Amino acid sequence: MSATTTTPTRQGPLARTVSDVAVITRRNLLRTLRLPEVLVLSASMPVIFILMFTYVFGGAIQGALPPAAAGRYVNWLIPGLLAQFALFGGSGTASGLAEDLAGGVIDRFRSLPMTGSAVLAGRTLSDLVRSAVTLTLMVAVGYGIGFRPQTSVGGLFGALAVGLLFGYAWSWVMALLGLVVRSAEAVQAAVYLVVFPLAFTSSVFVPTQTMPAWLQPFAANQPVTVATNALRSLVLGQGALPPGQTVTGQVALALLWAAAITAIFAPLTVRAYRRTLS
Amino acid sequence: MDEAIVEVQSLVKMFKGGVRALDGLSLAIEPGGVYGLLGPNGAGKTTLIRVLSTLLPPDGGSARVAGVDVRTDPAGVRARIGLAGQHAAVDEVLSGRENVELVGRLYGLSRRQARQRASQVLERIRLLEAADRQVKTYSGGMRRRLDLAASLVGRPQVLFLDEPTAGLDPASRRDLWGLIGDLVDTGTTVLLTTQYLEEADRLADRIAVIDHGRLVSEGTSDQLKDRVGGAVLEVTVPEVDRDRVLQALRGVGGQDPADDPDRGRIVLPAPDGAATLAEALRRLAAAGVVPEDVALRKPTLDEVFLALTGQLATTPNGNGHNIRRGASRHGQHQGERAAR
Repeated sequence: MSATTTTPTRQGPLARTVSDVAVITRRNLLRTLRLPEVLVLSASMPVIFILMFTYVFGGAIQGALPPAAAGRYVNWLIPGLLAQFALFGGSGTASGLAEDLAGGVIDRFRSLPMTGSAVLAGRTLSDLVRSAVTLTLMVAVGYGIGFRPQTSVGGLFGALAVGLLFGYAWSWVMALLGLVVRSAEAVQAAVYLVVFPLAFTSSVFVPTQTMPAWLQPFAANQPVTVATNALRSLVLGQGALPPGQTVTGQVALALLWAAAITAIFAPLTVRAYRRTLS
Repeated sequence: MDEAIVEVQSLVKMFKGGVRALDGLSLAIEPGGVYGLLGPNGAGKTTLIRVLSTLLPPDGGSARVAGVDVRTDPAGVRARIGLAGQHAAVDEVLSGRENVELVGRLYGLSRRQARQRASQVLERIRLLEAADRQVKTYSGGMRRRLDLAASLVGRPQVLFLDEPTAGLDPASRRDLWGLIGDLVDTGTTVLLTTQYLEEADRLADRIAVIDHGRLVSEGTSDQLKDRVGGAVLEVTVPEVDRDRVLQALRGVGGQDPADDPDRGRIVLPAPDGAATLAEALRRLAAAGVVPEDVALRKPTLDEVFLALTGQLATTPNGNGHNIRRGASRHGQHQGERAAR
């Protein structure tokens, strides 16, 4: 080897991968911090959802709620919206990857002696951090307009953790979307197409028992409902769940969904990344 | 002779629709210096760079960079190369320094090493003053320079530059040329693609002319000029005499003279040098035309390029070896699309 070669480092392959993931994560978070307008806009959407649903639809839905909601729609709504926006947090993953592809940044990364999957891992992890901030903000806003966990502070933190894990799993789906769809505008539309139908046919806004019979089997069992029920039972207790469900059962089921989605989509996404030509 | 630092043998790359972007290309590049890849749009230059920098797997043949096979050890190749692509792949919202440090870290440098190395390359690329500003405040030329700095962080043995000055104004282009020229002193071998003949003439020690994914000709710029056929005769005549002169000079250089009305010149190949010149002057005199200017000169690289790739018909026809012509523009554009 000639003297002009890069100084080889003493890191093992695992340490190197961890370092690459950390470098990419930091880069993505720096980008987020430097684009405050994007930050403010993306934080305002969940806040608008909270206010709009609480004050516009809350009165109409209140009567259909179980007693566990303590007579306040906002208690019912917040855990559901936490699940929805944990899922929606992946939209940044999709558009960020599409942007990097278009700008030639991915080409540069792929020509470097780094761990290839670190680009994706760093992307999903930085979005996890962003989601954590968003969800915390949502709880704070909710608190301001009357949201009160009926269980304990531990239950609230548990709900946030389950929500974030659920959202992290979905960010791999969003990453795949970003790699396949590529154009930043089209990616936004594709994300909406995934998130909103799933959110509106789930128990996020209303109990699924109020939906038509043909929709109920899907609505009651689809992943966003499972996650919402898990979060809701963690902050409101067993009484918030449909009959026959338990808190541990729903939490376990939500975590299973998260694990299954990650297990399927992470390898697919890594494969798509390796094959992506720009 | 040193062992080749880039060795390409019968390389084939196919794209959807059966387009052969690389069609059995072979090349051997010696270490040190600047090597130019010259060719029209869609010739396969960018595809070659992408295969050599492991962004695309080849479909046939072999390629070794710094002694490492791109197919069997792509990671080994990546540790030895730097790449600056067609658009500056820099992050707008990060500062210049952050961009370069990021790439250094991904080359496996520690935080401290990356910081030191970033300062070194930024100084070399004369961006130290602007290093802590966000890249969105940079001019196009500064972005290209930053991209070049990032590609140098890993002390590459081979540096690939894909159209490094495309879209830059002439001043920024000259500026970048100076920087690329300086790189050679450090022992880095530079492989650059370009459509600017002036750029290849100015920077490259050796030039490969590529068309339709194949090597058309290779050598120093002087060798290429000789190969296309000795000298060129340029006659400047008043507008009114143009048709008469074209008539009079027919067949003098073995071929018909070419009209270049934009510059008011008539150009013809002069394979026999001074003898061709004498014959041309005799015929002009016989036709009663007094030329404003007559010059016997080497062909420009422009003319060599056109002769070799058959891209335009307004220049003298070459009569050397390795000449292919009648390249269909349609086919080239198809290749270009597929290469993206």
